[in-house]
Amino acid sequence: MNPLRTSRALVAAAAAVVLSFTSAGFANGAAGGALRDHDDGDEITVGIKFDQPGIGLKTPDGTYTGFDVDVATYIAKQLGHDPADIVWKEAKSADRETLLQRGDVDFIAASYSINDKRAEKVDFAGPYLLAHQDVLIRADDDSIKKPSDLNNKKLCSVTGSTSAQNVKDKIAPDAQLQEYGGYSECLTGLENGVIDAVTTDDSILAGYAAQPEFKGKFKLGGFKMSNENYGIGVQKGSELKAKINTALEKMVADGSWEAAVKKNFGPAGYQNEPAPKIGVIVQ
Amino acid sequence: MFDFLQGYDLLGAFWVTVQLTVYSAIGSLVWGTLLAAMRVSPVPLMRGFGTVYVNIVRNIPLTVIIVFTSLGLFQTLGVTLGAERFTTINFRLAVLGLTAYTSAFVCEALRSGINTVPLGQVEAARAIGLSFPQILRLIVLPQAFRSVVGPLANVLIALTKNTTVAAAIGVAEAALLMREMIENEAQLILISAIFAAGFLCLTLPTGLFLGWVAKKVAVKR
Repeated sequence: MNPLRTSRALVAAAAAVVLSFTSAGFANGAAGGALRDHDDGDEITVGIKFDQPGIGLKTPDGTYTGFDVDVATYIAKQLGHDPADIVWKEAKSADRETLLQRGDVDFIAASYSINDKRAEKVDFAGPYLLAHQDVLIRADDDSIKKPSDLNNKKLCSVTGSTSAQNVKDKIAPDAQLQEYGGYSECLTGLENGVIDAVTTDDSILAGYAAQPEFKGKFKLGGFKMSNENYGIGVQKGSELKAKINTALEKMVADGSWEAAVKKNFGPAGYQNEPAPKIGVIVQ
Repeated sequence: MFDFLQGYDLLGAFWVTVQLTVYSAIGSLVWGTLLAAMRVSPVPLMRGFGTVYVNIVRNIPLTVIIVFTSLGLFQTLGVTLGAERFTTINFRLAVLGLTAYTSAFVCEALRSGINTVPLGQVEAARAIGLSFPQILRLIVLPQAFRSVVGPLANVLIALTKNTTVAAAIGVAEAALLMREMIENEAQLILISAIFAAGFLCLTLPTGLFLGWVAKKVAVKR
């Protein structure tokens, strides 16, 4: 084969690859919503966190636990899907809007706070939980009693998270903030005294503090430093929104909601807010 | 379309990226040269150390090294590198981690350059009574460096992009700001594109300039 022909063949192959990628992408984007409609087929795909104890956690034996998982299972049941028909998909914070827009998941329950910018891209059912930014401190630490005590302390949160930004901008601008890729690193620091307080939503902190290996070591500060309204994310304009809202109302009415909160957050001494009213966002 | 950029210190974040790159580049050039010298030295112990260091460090993922500097060195062993606040400690730890990692690659690039120097020159130098350090300093390394400007430019570009790993221990460089923006703005693709363009602005001129330098200084044989 002469070199010129080789290079032409390569270009053609490259073009074919690019074309197939883009066309596949467009096809997905366009048809995804219809394909994923819950009416046809028994399966339903739900986006959750895989790495947040108490909220959404994939355990080593392949099962899923956490409050979001319980809520999602209940909703799926109300929509007519057995727990066995739920396909769990990891919804990392940065991917959530994309997953919904592409139709990769039917709905997302992944500590997903409702805010204006997200509401431009997706629709929210709920809220189903009102969480607050709080701190987790060592059980024997008496020096942090109110949010202003945090100002000369060493705080830790996850890189880029809303909680980390709140600390820098509002809550304790003079505090030192350590950012890590995950909360586990923060908890290691808290345990060996390099860090004084880990901060994020109280629901997430309660989930970590309730882990067997941390039991009794940490306590929640109980400061309500922000309002996070967790909603169920659905595709923009989806008819699922109304159905999920009905399911959530039923969940609160029949006591399953309260039971799920107690089960997942109870051991850490978490004082939960009453179940939020559907469609009411606490600023 | 771009009004959401207001309120973010994009230039400041990239400036930290540049600082990380420059300090780590200087550090790894020095440490990498020493490692290369060890690997070609006549002392078996030094050769062994150089070989072991390079083969271990370059095979560990950078994220592991960077997170270790924070969890292992700082949190557990209390190494603060003379700083008091988290921001400074993290920056220095990141430079340390990036230097330790990148110098393994600098060492190997440089060693390939040393191999381009004809053996006869070393023999001639030894014959007129130069010691090993003198041979290295006066005869071998100057020629070796000139022939590996291109490969070193590759290492430098890789280093520039690797600085994004420092976000894992909370250094406020470009990748950390990117995560904050993605968290706040729900504009994943646009924000990623902006930061990709930012990195191109840093790495493309580096590559072009060093490519030109490489041609200019190459030893013609």
